[in-house]
Amino acid sequence: MQFCTFYLGSDLFGVPVLQVQEVVRQHEITQVPLAPAVVRGLINLRGNIVSTVDMRRVLRMEPLADASGSINVITRVAGGLVSLLVDHIGDVIDAPEDRFEPVPSVLAGEIRQVISRVCKLPGNLLMILNPDRIVEFDRSKITAAE
Amino acid sequence: MNEDLQQQLVKELVVESLEGLDTFDQEILAFEHGDETPDTWNNAFRIIHTIKGSSGCIGFPKVESVAHVGESLLSVLRDGHRPADSNIASSLLQYSDALREMMRSIEQTGNEGAADHADLVQNLQALQAGISGAAAPEKPTFGFFGDENTEANQPVTPPASAPQPGAVVKEAPKPSAADSAIRVDVGQIDRLMNLVGELVLARNQIVQATGHLGDPGLLTAVQRVNLITSELQESVMKTRMQPIGNVWSKFPRIIRDLCHELGKDVALVLEGNETELDRTIIEAIKDPMTHLIRNAIDHGIETPDARIAAGKPAQGRLVLRAFHEGGQVNIEISDDGKGIDAARVVEKALQRGLVSPEQAGRMSHREQLDLVFLPGLSTADIVTNVSGRGVGMDVVRTNIEKIGGNVNLDSEPGHGAVIRIKIPLTLAIIPALVVNCGDDRFAIPAASLVELVRIEGDQVARSLEHIHEAPVYRLRGDLLPLVDLAKELGITARRHVEDTLFLVVLQAEGRQFGLVVDNIQDTEEIVVKPLAREMKGLGVYAGATIMGDGKVALILDVVGLARRAALLEESSRHASRESAKQTCAAEGAEESRSLLLARVGRNRIAIPLSCIARLEEIPLSRIENAGHSEVIQYRGRIMSVVRLSAVLGIEGESFGSGAPDCERLMPLVVCALEKDNFGVIVDSIEDIVEEQIRIEAREGQRGILGSAIVRQKVTDLLDVRELARIAV
Repeated sequence: MQFCTFYLGSDLFGVPVLQVQEVVRQHEITQVPLAPAVVRGLINLRGNIVSTVDMRRVLRMEPLADASGSINVITRVAGGLVSLLVDHIGDVIDAPEDRFEPVPSVLAGEIRQVISRVCKLPGNLLMILNPDRIVEFDRSKITAAE
Repeated sequence: MNEDLQQQLVKELVVESLEGLDTFDQEILAFEHGDETPDTWNNAFRIIHTIKGSSGCIGFPKVESVAHVGESLLSVLRDGHRPADSNIASSLLQYSDALREMMRSIEQTGNEGAADHADLVQNLQALQAGISGAAAPEKPTFGFFGDENTEANQPVTPPASAPQPGAVVKEAPKPSAADSAIRVDVGQIDRLMNLVGELVLARNQIVQATGHLGDPGLLTAVQRVNLITSELQESVMKTRMQPIGNVWSKFPRIIRDLCHELGKDVALVLEGNETELDRTIIEAIKDPMTHLIRNAIDHGIETPDARIAAGKPAQGRLVLRAFHEGGQVNIEISDDGKGIDAARVVEKALQRGLVSPEQAGRMSHREQLDLVFLPGLSTADIVTNVSGRGVGMDVVRTNIEKIGGNVNLDSEPGHGAVIRIKIPLTLAIIPALVVNCGDDRFAIPAASLVELVRIEGDQVARSLEHIHEAPVYRLRGDLLPLVDLAKELGITARRHVEDTLFLVVLQAEGRQFGLVVDNIQDTEEIVVKPLAREMKGLGVYAGATIMGDGKVALILDVVGLARRAALLEESSRHASRESAKQTCAAEGAEESRSLLLARVGRNRIAIPLSCIARLEEIPLSRIENAGHSEVIQYRGRIMSVVRLSAVLGIEGESFGSGAPDCERLMPLVVCALEKDNFGVIVDSIEDIVEEQIRIEAREGQRGILGSAIVRQKVTDLLDVRELARIAV
């Protein structure tokens, strides 16, 4: 199975490549006041308005000092398109099925919800994200806020 | 059969059948009312025959067999003239409901559903037996092939017993109509509309970017692109238009059923069936309109006995009228029922504590009726004891306002009620005002925009007051609640309160409020794009749009914003704002007022701005005489005018020895007091000020309340009421 990978800090993450529509450079983001913190805002993707989710905020990581190089990974989810804002993009990796392991229990509860499994690559670990869960996660946070 | 093809066929079957059944209903209703044409039965028969044939082919035996029973009945009916018979009509309507139900089931689950409709089948067979026993010779109807023959032998010609030449002519153009029209998937049109929306945005960008370049060739090309885009936008918009008759076609059936249920007799008159609306709007008004119609029949129109007792014809009239006016679609729903008694509405509102007695006392008839739209006051409570049907009038109003429309009500007790709805033609591209707040731009739909106010300098501190922490602004003497956009959205405003304050006066659910923003830009045509569900749930954004520079801007949901600021719960402010209008010519205590300053001769005159409807310029030659007074023709009506210099006995430019020049344009202040308008001619208009003034009364001067010092000059304050008496 192939994964589109990207980095947040030194950690490597991946989403199934078939769910990724395209990868684009930082767009001008329009913030949405009152929206949950993980939503950075809206971008204009050739006339389509796409919500941008800041993956650093989803994964409880410190914000980047200079986020100008961030990349939008435009991903197809159940509700349409969502853009995952990441630090920089990695390769498309063909991960063999036998290298996968379930998510280690040491990960914090909320983060575990968006990571579906972990792949042992030579040299580092690839954490596989479930984009649909990111959006759902997002929604449950809103209902909690209300 | 190929899976995709099968699905495609099923989809087509469902769409065509549902459409056909709607027409079928109309034909049956025509029969019931006795205004059937020779085509009535032919059409009904053909529709059912098609449904039967196609569902048999695709493999829905139950639909086929149920359809067959009705088809046999119809084939008997079309061969003999029958008087209007509501028993047959009822059965056939039930029959169409049953088929509809099966079609819906096929659409949703892929099978025909569990109901076997045995009672219905028996009923139809009994009817058929009764008719064929009495009249028409028995016709062999041996199922599918037998009927196919019947159809083939006499395709669309009217029955032999009624040879009407007109019928044949009427049939002839039908095939050509079918040839020149194609069925297009709505999704396809929506995509086209989106692309055109993109084109409009790109056009805006090009126009902006090339505006300062001097190249004439490029400018001409840009101009052409501009024009073509506008035209394309219009044409594509037209393809999405549907006649409002599409919604209305459901109403005769609803009304018939309701009348049967309630024992009433109502004739429905439809005017302006062909008035076209965007299909999204058609969808949006379907439910509110159904509700209003149910209301009119349930609560408005009386039973035949009561109507006769009241000296009205036994049959009630419900008129639906639609027409285009001023870029909007107007819909009127009027009935000749017992109307709505404003006094009882007020009584109910008082009981519920929705208004205070003194507010109620100050309200006009229209405002009293408007109370019906308040949440918590249902028409069922007021008019009859029959229970309401779920949604109240407040929901109707909310739904209509959601699509940028408005609704109002007028009624004369004993003679009926009229509900007027105004809605925009389309929702996809709307005019909007662009404002800045913090680092962002927001678009406000122009439909809810009332006016813009800019307060400058030291006025800012003086004009803002607080009632229990809630900021208010005195707009021409009326209190306007203020909502700070930055505060509501939790963003940092980029403004210096001391300098300038921008207010956008908005209307939501009948109330006005002022939205404080950092800056006001321009109005633009924007393309509304939907927001992801998570953003929509916030309730303050109606959508998003892409601006000329390619950036995204959020569209504010005015109603949602007002709700969020908890403005709509308080009806009191609205009432106080309205009532303040009544007191515009009151005695002068020291208070801040907006005044129009005008000059007449050497005097400076102040007129309260709240009494002024418009400012115009007219040549004195337009003044004509009616009786003893001077009048002009104004907006198609006769309006009295007074020359202020004549009333005050001052030498001015319009009167006196300074021999007025008849063709010179003179400023005309159109004053509105209660219902009457009248014009006041002054020499010139100087300024509009908002000042705290102290009026010193001066006795014996006709038309003047007193004098005050305004901006360092002695100014006479006009007594508008007295002037109205002089004028009218």
